[in-house]
Amino acid sequence: MTSGSEYGYNSKVEGNVVVTKLDAAVNWVRKNSVWPMPMGLACCAIELMAVGGSRFDISRFGMEVMRFSPRQSDCMIVAGTVTYKMAEAVRRIYDQMAEPKWVIAMGACASTGGMYRSYSTLQGVDRIIPVDVYISGCPVRPEALLDGLMSLQKKIEREHSVPQLIKGRS
Amino acid sequence: MLEEQKTELLSRFPDLTERKDCTYLAFNVAESQFKKVLQALRDDFGYSFLSNLTAVDWDSAENRFSVVYILFNMTSSNYVGVNVVCADSENPAIATVSDLWPAADWHEREVYDLFGITFTGHPDMRRILMWDSYPYHPLRKDFPLAGKPTDFPSDDVRERMGTTVLPAPMAGGPFTAGTGCSMHKMEPHAKDQSWNEKKTKPTAE
Repeated sequence: MTSGSEYGYNSKVEGNVVVTKLDAAVNWVRKNSVWPMPMGLACCAIELMAVGGSRFDISRFGMEVMRFSPRQSDCMIVAGTVTYKMAEAVRRIYDQMAEPKWVIAMGACASTGGMYRSYSTLQGVDRIIPVDVYISGCPVRPEALLDGLMSLQKKIEREHSVPQLIKGRS
Repeated sequence: MLEEQKTELLSRFPDLTERKDCTYLAFNVAESQFKKVLQALRDDFGYSFLSNLTAVDWDSAENRFSVVYILFNMTSSNYVGVNVVCADSENPAIATVSDLWPAADWHEREVYDLFGITFTGHPDMRRILMWDSYPYHPLRKDFPLAGKPTDFPSDDVRERMGTTVLPAPMAGGPFTAGTGCSMHKMEPHAKDQSWNEKKTKPTAE
């Protein structure tokens, strides 16, 4: 601003300034560019691919940038049966993701173990990682996954993200 | 298997006995000579393809485990089965056939993993499905389908999350489809529905 200009209301910048809460701005940015990481372990991964394809088209909701590296993504979609042997790898990949990060348990198996009531299957991925959204289905329909992703967006919208940001900086 | 082949095999190995209840021709073979029989079937009778290698737990005090080899003849499109009983039921062991068929390598590791039968002479006798420190052999008859509690495979995840390997909640299962009623009533259900996750299983009086 040039010297001598008035602070306060200025009709010259009207319409170019938006006043908001920092939380709302950060959350708006975050929720519209979720980068999901497909943790495809079983048949739900096929439906996840369908969501990425043109018929269902995940990019309509601002989260089409599937990254296969945990370091570049912030939403892990656990799609499929998690065995005890695989659980270690799932937790390790989750640990490698940068904050902020969210987890979607896609389908019956990832949520509860599903029909695999057996010695080899982890009975729900929430026993090893914190889950934000559970989606029912066996396998999950693409529409249900899109609904789950939109639920996650609504959840991100309500977060108190700025205190976490400041805490992370210090 | 052709009749003349069968006669020739039985003349070379007179100790073989035929298994009557199989859908294909199968023989009981003693552990001492089963590898010679398998080699003869592969080299002289044309059964060059190892179609399947598995084991059976008969849940008996003696002769508990038997190993089953199913061979396929590519020319005549025939199967032949070879059934070998493990002499030791406590620590069952049998010679490997991975030198005859390299494909047997992983099959034998699977049988070792799930039944606990050791294959002597195997190049890499490790578990293949369960993790290395798993203490049980799940396909044995004395192992419950739900599993047994044991340590989580990864130490750091166990320490941070407190996760252990627990028996799966069976809720009276395993679940089977009903029979003898109309289609819309045939929902899969547990055979015994008097107990579930909330009600404990009634003890037998």
